[in-house]
Amino acid sequence: MIAVVLALLIVPLAAGITCAIRPARSGKAASAVTVAAGVACFALVLALVPATAHRDLSYLSYLRVDAVSVIFLLATSFLYAAVAVYAVGYTKRHEELYARRFYAGLNLFAWSMLAAPLMSSLALLWIAVEVTTIISALLVAIEDTDGAAEAAWKYVLIASAGLSLALLATVLAYYAGSQVLGEHYNLAIAPLIQAGPHLPHTPIRLAFLLALLGYGTKVGLFPVHTWLPDAHSEAPTPVSALLSGSLLAVSFYAILRFYQVAAATLGSGFPRDALLAFGVASLLLAALYVFGQRDIKRLLAYSSVEHMGILAVGVSFGAPVALAGVMLHVLAHAAAKGNAFMGAGVFTVKFGSKQISVLRGGLNVLPWSGPLFLLAVFALSAMPPSGIFRSEFQIVYGGLGSGNYAAAAILVVLVTVAFFGLTASATRMLFTPAPRALSRSEPSIWMVIPVVAGVAVLFILGLHPPAELTGLIYRAVAQLGAAR
Amino acid sequence: MDPVQAPGVYQGAANVIAAVMLLIEFGMLRQALARDQVRLYMAQSALISVLAIVIAADRNLPDLYALAALSAALKVVAVPLVLRRLLARTGGDEEEPLGAGEEPLGVAGSHTLSPASAVLAGIVLAAFGFFCFGAMGIKGPAAPATALAIAGAMVLVAFGLMIVRRDVASQAIGFFSLENAISLAALVVAAGLPLILETAFLFDLLVAVVVFAMLIRTHHSRAESLSTADLTRLRG
Repeated sequence: MIAVVLALLIVPLAAGITCAIRPARSGKAASAVTVAAGVACFALVLALVPATAHRDLSYLSYLRVDAVSVIFLLATSFLYAAVAVYAVGYTKRHEELYARRFYAGLNLFAWSMLAAPLMSSLALLWIAVEVTTIISALLVAIEDTDGAAEAAWKYVLIASAGLSLALLATVLAYYAGSQVLGEHYNLAIAPLIQAGPHLPHTPIRLAFLLALLGYGTKVGLFPVHTWLPDAHSEAPTPVSALLSGSLLAVSFYAILRFYQVAAATLGSGFPRDALLAFGVASLLLAALYVFGQRDIKRLLAYSSVEHMGILAVGVSFGAPVALAGVMLHVLAHAAAKGNAFMGAGVFTVKFGSKQISVLRGGLNVLPWSGPLFLLAVFALSAMPPSGIFRSEFQIVYGGLGSGNYAAAAILVVLVTVAFFGLTASATRMLFTPAPRALSRSEPSIWMVIPVVAGVAVLFILGLHPPAELTGLIYRAVAQLGAAR
Repeated sequence: MDPVQAPGVYQGAANVIAAVMLLIEFGMLRQALARDQVRLYMAQSALISVLAIVIAADRNLPDLYALAALSAALKVVAVPLVLRRLLARTGGDEEEPLGAGEEPLGVAGSHTLSPASAVLAGIVLAAFGFFCFGAMGIKGPAAPATALAIAGAMVLVAFGLMIVRRDVASQAIGFFSLENAISLAALVVAAGLPLILETAFLFDLLVAVVVFAMLIRTHHSRAESLSTADLTRLRG
């Protein structure tokens, strides 16, 4: 399996470098390399599923793969492959130089997101997440508009400042670990969790709070979410899909690792309470802000804040079924949000605007993307039989089962409010007749294929998740629960 | 009641260096010109390297000598070089008299608070950070509590610097000084962290500096100014 893990690190990096250094007029070659790299990475992660369903894998002191990390790798690699295919159609309208830069950045961005869950230590995890910020900030700015420049600056400044707090959390975790494991250990996660009951409480408590705030900035948790709608709305659509479906999840993965350490040291009460507070506040903000949004991508960005809030609340419930729901939600949200952004990108190309007031008659004008966008919005709103319905049902069931009645009720109410906000905008986009005549056609078949694949994944996750995946989720839940 | 004990040479040196770094942070907060902010950043970064050498000698950690050299090469030489070239290209230190309602071209005059008010706010933030971190009781023979509390104060003052200045250069320098504050905390409580990880952190900083510089140039080419006063189209 070491070859698979190393290939996961090498393939997207090599693809990114290849796209960057190829001679001019090689946009098509760059797109082919990116599609091949994306599909290869997804296949490599699938190969890791059976291997990690029963044991953890550790290589070269600095690489470690367990069930939790494979869940996040699955979400990232699937979206990487989907977005790579989608980008073939997306970049057709752009010049060669833009395409090469775009593909180089896209591959390097995917590389950094795939690297993060493979890191065995909190220090390397922080470095990987910081690299995701640096690369994605350049991708946000790539459109070279006033809005993109503004969004990229705000993003890099706010996210980097947040990650500075996460670095301070990492330093404090090292200090706590060094009291038990000696000064020369390398911040490896597994020994830190094992030593949890013996670690000093105050540094771990502070480290968890700083990590929640610091990585929470990247996750988009309230009140440090302000970069998120701006960056998502100004980035190229494939990048928006990756930011929302993968990057936020990877940052949440970092919080989960600190959660494991904190729960092993302090018991799960304190970290769960902190997650509940941030999660409910994020849900509340997002549920209110999805109403009245005029930009389709900003609407979807606030939906992402909502779903990250759901993840935080789900972990705070602590019940195994809720944790299983959280793991499933990571996968289903990646597929649904990727689909929604890719669908929004098709609307943007077709109508030449991101303004919801301009996007009209989608079902008539876009024979495939219209219905697929509707399915994506229904999936995001947790309509059955999508995977998100199943995951949110498990989270609420776990909340009720663990006695968190008020939090579960708040979750249901706020998700319902967000459902109305999201579907109201989608209904106007799809069913209101278009004011001007547009041909009934798709901009590119490449922009439809990955969305169909995403719908298939959502149905599979909702109706009958594969046994291997279910086993993987159970193992991930055991790892998260074992820290309590 | 325990008798008050004088700090050892290492603890005393760490505390003094931390205090001087905090004073430099205040200097950056009130400084009008970006080139002076860069000079102060260089001085602050040089103190980080000095502290690393003191700790290396006191606690027999030879890795820290290498870290001190790497840190000096990056933060005292490379980062200021990048920032100075950037300021030279963007006219970041032009001090032109402003007409009514005019925004500053460069850095001078980008305060949202007057320098005196900014320093007063900085003192409040520093006191809050110092006492909060001090009250945590994180200390030991290898971790002087005072230096750690000062690092906490520096973190908040650096955030303050990023907030009260309305120009991309000062905000970037504020972020780099925030990184210095965390380096101080890391040296105080995590001096034994393996060199390879410390080196990776520094490399990461170098990449971040390059990206910050690219985005500052992009901003300048579009806005013809370093000011962030017009970045109001997107509001989160």
